[in-house]
Amino acid sequence: MLRFVVRRLLQLIPVLFVIVTLTFFMVRFVPGGPFTAEKAVSPEILKNLNAHYGLDQPLWRQYLSYLGHLVQGDFGPSFKFTNRTVNEIIAAKLPVSLELGGLALGVALVVGLPLGILAAARRNTWLDYLCTATGLIGICVPTFVLGPILALVFGIYLRWFNVSGWEYADDRVLPSLTLGFVYAAYLMRLTRGGLLEVLNLDFIRTARAKGASEVRIIFRHALHGGLAPVVSFLGPAIAGILTGSFIIETIFQIPGLGREFVTSATNRDYTLVVGLVVLYATLIVVMNLVVDVVQVWLNPKLRFE
Amino acid sequence: MTAASPPISSAPPVATEAGHSLWSDAWHRLRGNRLAVFGGGVLLLLTVLCVVGPWFSHYTYNEQELSNAFAPPGSAHWLGTDQHGRDLLVRILYGGRISLGVGLCATLVALSIGVVYGAISGYAGNKTDALMMRFVDILYALPFTIFVILLMVFLGRNIVLLFVAIGAVEWLTMARIVRGQVQSLKKMEFIEAARALGYSPRRIIFRHLLPNLLGPVIVYATLTIPSVMLLEAFLGFLGLGVQPPMSSWGTLIKDGADKMEEYWWLLVFPGSLFSLTLLSLNFLGDGLRDALDVRAAKD
Repeated sequence: MLRFVVRRLLQLIPVLFVIVTLTFFMVRFVPGGPFTAEKAVSPEILKNLNAHYGLDQPLWRQYLSYLGHLVQGDFGPSFKFTNRTVNEIIAAKLPVSLELGGLALGVALVVGLPLGILAAARRNTWLDYLCTATGLIGICVPTFVLGPILALVFGIYLRWFNVSGWEYADDRVLPSLTLGFVYAAYLMRLTRGGLLEVLNLDFIRTARAKGASEVRIIFRHALHGGLAPVVSFLGPAIAGILTGSFIIETIFQIPGLGREFVTSATNRDYTLVVGLVVLYATLIVVMNLVVDVVQVWLNPKLRFE
Repeated sequence: MTAASPPISSAPPVATEAGHSLWSDAWHRLRGNRLAVFGGGVLLLLTVLCVVGPWFSHYTYNEQELSNAFAPPGSAHWLGTDQHGRDLLVRILYGGRISLGVGLCATLVALSIGVVYGAISGYAGNKTDALMMRFVDILYALPFTIFVILLMVFLGRNIVLLFVAIGAVEWLTMARIVRGQVQSLKKMEFIEAARALGYSPRRIIFRHLLPNLLGPVIVYATLTIPSVMLLEAFLGFLGLGVQPPMSSWGTLIKDGADKMEEYWWLLVFPGSLFSLTLLSLNFLGDGLRDALDVRAAKD
């Protein structure tokens, strides 16, 4: 097992290399640059700026020097936020997104898993239909509709929670619920589907025949196998949820990292774009590794493959 | 084979009773699924309304009537007006043309790339397959928001290029599904027979493999349309989608969200129509999956 993990982690290096290279050159080929703003700077200043950031060097040399810094964990200076490095920006904004993402994930797990199990256990009853319908609403009402509606009802009419900012505990409720609800809906559907598939298998019939209680059948026998699709979904989803959501952060005015994913690209903030891509890709690859490990743990049959 | 040949020539070689092809069976099952019929019906109705509706209205999507701005829903303007006094109903219908059109076209782009890529990868096998799938893995690890934005900036804000940009990031799962299917199909005897007859790989892929993939491809395409429409709406939300005075459901929702405190109808109507469309697509997709008995697209 350890060898498997180490080998997979080593594979991360070529993957990241390809991703860095791809992104580095892709941003450069997009027209415009970090210093093309509405208010044009004079040619002399532009020249100095380019020289200061090394943008006047040939592209391959910039690329090599960037790689050199990257290996040491240095993402370089931001082009748009003067005097701040990409590392500083990520360090300042990632914790906010991590907290929001963690809370939303909590909501998703606490709501989605039990409802999915309940729906599968009471298949084709009104409880099942209720859970399935709620899940469909979660999938079909996008966050940019749900967020404003929640803000309007609970923030502005009822005044229970704050609708913008990220200072008090109050501020966290609506964004976490909005973001968490969508994931809860997916989790609910996947849990229900996965469980139903397993509940049709022979070993479950055997357990039933031996008189095991319904609770024992689900939690002791079925859940292990039924959670496989849930785990596969959760891996990449966690990486996405923790790096922030542009829409939620915009609607609720939260200073998180999700907004940077959009603004860095529109600003052509070259280093910030590559830095964020590297961060996200690393998380995805690591989470996929975690998924594989958990899958093996859930299903020992996979150990032989 | 019996004398009555299946109505669709591409139907897989299954043992058929007279006139019962796989497709007519699937059609029967689909019609028996009430939710799927509901979904299909709503989609058909919405499409017809969006295409035909604007011709029957006195208003146009960009005709301003500033004295009548923010009129609540009433007899003159059924769904009210926006900040420029434009009729919301007509704008939603025009927006529907864009949103549904983008959903369909971008899905076709994603479908073409994904199917061809997956089929080649799965049929080639070995090193080619490993390399091609590695590339898909790498693309999966990229944050697609950044790439769509860069593509939009690079290609320019043009509606056709919007299809291309969205299609370019949505084909990955399709490629994986098709590859998996091809891998299991290519071991079957009819493919071996085709190979023994000396057909070129190209002919085998396009004439013999792809027709047998139609089931999973149709099902997954139906389920791709909602995510494409969400992406289009997301781009509209960022201001990168269609440009004013044109509207799509995404931009209408964005405008509505900005003003919902006083003028609820600007958010509620486009938002609920968008959700209804996604719901119908999901119903139809689930129904198709059950009718065609496709397991590959289940998760």
